[in-house]
Amino acid sequence: MIALLAVPNPITGISSMLSYDFIRYAFIAGGAIAIAAGLAGYFLVLRGQVFTGDALGHVAFTGALAALAAGVDPRLGLFAATIGISVLLGALGPRGRADDVVIGSVFAWVLGLGVLFLSLFTTSQGGSNGAAGIRILFGSIYGLSSGQVWLAVIVAAVTVVALLAIARPLLFASVDEAVAEARGVPVRALGYVFLGLVGLATAEATQAVGALLILGLLAAPAGTAQRLTDRPYLAMALSAIIALASMWIGLCLSHAIGTWPPSFAILAVATSFYAAALARSPLRSRLAARHEENHIELAGDIRHG
Amino acid sequence: MTANPPFTWNLIEDVRQLFEFPFMVNALRAGTLVAIVASLIGWFMVLRRQTFAGHTLAVVSFPGASAAILLGVSATYGYFAFAIGAALVFAVLSPAGVARSRTEESAIVGTVQAFALASGFLFISLSHRNITGAQSLLFGSFLGITTTQVAVLAASTALVLAILGFIARPLLFASVDPDVANARGVPVRLLSVVFLLLLGIAAAEASQITGSLLIFALLVLPAATAERLTSRPGMSAVLTVLIALVVTWLSLALSYYNNYPIGFHVTSLAFGAYVLARAARVVTGRLGTAGVVQ
Repeated sequence: MIALLAVPNPITGISSMLSYDFIRYAFIAGGAIAIAAGLAGYFLVLRGQVFTGDALGHVAFTGALAALAAGVDPRLGLFAATIGISVLLGALGPRGRADDVVIGSVFAWVLGLGVLFLSLFTTSQGGSNGAAGIRILFGSIYGLSSGQVWLAVIVAAVTVVALLAIARPLLFASVDEAVAEARGVPVRALGYVFLGLVGLATAEATQAVGALLILGLLAAPAGTAQRLTDRPYLAMALSAIIALASMWIGLCLSHAIGTWPPSFAILAVATSFYAAALARSPLRSRLAARHEENHIELAGDIRHG
Repeated sequence: MTANPPFTWNLIEDVRQLFEFPFMVNALRAGTLVAIVASLIGWFMVLRRQTFAGHTLAVVSFPGASAAILLGVSATYGYFAFAIGAALVFAVLSPAGVARSRTEESAIVGTVQAFALASGFLFISLSHRNITGAQSLLFGSFLGITTTQVAVLAASTALVLAILGFIARPLLFASVDPDVANARGVPVRLLSVVFLLLLGIAAAEASQITGSLLIFALLVLPAATAERLTSRPGMSAVLTVLIALVVTWLSLALSYYNNYPIGFHVTSLAFGAYVLARAARVVTGRLGTAGVVQ
């Protein structure tokens, strides 16, 4: 708060904030991650697979801790676990979509494994590294090295390009699976590729907002965008933009309010966007519905009268 | 924990050992209560395909407990206040309310969950609690359960079971066929709100023992296993509770002897049962079709 009061001009505030390397890194990596998550989230919400995103976040936790317990780079475990399990979840259901109960059963167990790895890792480190578990769960965006930033940007770019490349058929397959299949769209293969990409985005985002919170970055911007427009490509773009805005505004907020952890600030902004969109549209749709009702009643009156 | 006596093959002696320490007796009592209430509520949750909402209500106990710690009140209040609050939020935002579809409802549920967890993280950071504290909130601890906690658990279990017993029949009807139930005058929407509240209370109560992240295993796995084994509702509800009890008791005993976290045992045993049930279903299915072909 003191920093904010001392610098009344927000532009000077932001430029002084960006003079720190670690904050610049957070903005670059966070921005890339947010765009990928916003885009992947759009399809996740459209296809009714948000729960899969929830599961993958928990899987990311286990993957990272398994790698730590084995003494290798946690990123290796992150990517292997999220991509592997996302493909497995696809295989467990018809048409590359698993039932919620199956997903829940699998990830409840995977999370239990994560607890085991956490305890193995903490014991092997003599308890000094207990913070690792919390860091994986809730993210540490200010702790990124320049190498990690590059990786984040590359992974995000791959995810975004791949999603845009399959956007058209995936959209078709998501909106009307049966018709898409009849027209020769490879619905099942698309489902797998899509889940793999979500796994990729989840693993990368875990470093920024944490395994438990990535769900918010997938669900909230996408939900907001779908409230604001029915046009698919516009909603896709909006979802990515809202995710990016949540990330950057969140980072600024957490810098200004020193006691707010960055991942909380990012999710608080994303949630506020969604809450505002939800509060705004029911009013309009309720008014529209009343309008329509009046019309129908009127039409009925005319017919009967 | 090095003071634990070694496991012997004299099982009767081992079981007697388990009951030797008051903390183990309390853990067994609490575990039994939690297993019964969580698995029964979970049975309806699985039947109603509300796993996502159930999972979210379960993790909401984490911000609840950390908020209570920040405010300096008993964590029990936090658990219940947050779980009940979240259940009410879902009731308002459900497809019958604000949400336009089940798809949108899932986006809302996901956002609520992530925001709740993020708030929990904020409360933890604000209260400058050490990391171990946060971890025991998330992953639970069966050590140090007090007799008062067991009493609170027993009271809330009795309350949940009484309400559940009262609404079980209409709830079953409304879960299996909401449209027909609605047409027959069953208050489907009210029942779904009451059910979410019960789910919240059960999750709040169980989280204190299993931790916010692992209660979900007890909610979903025994019910999912029973669902694979039988299609008769009464039978599968009984099976669900039995599986949950056996898993909980075995896990407590295992953690006592090998010192691995209880959450790992609960989830692994329950998942093992689920995989076995699925495999059995596949095998009997194959045999069944083979018989038909012959």
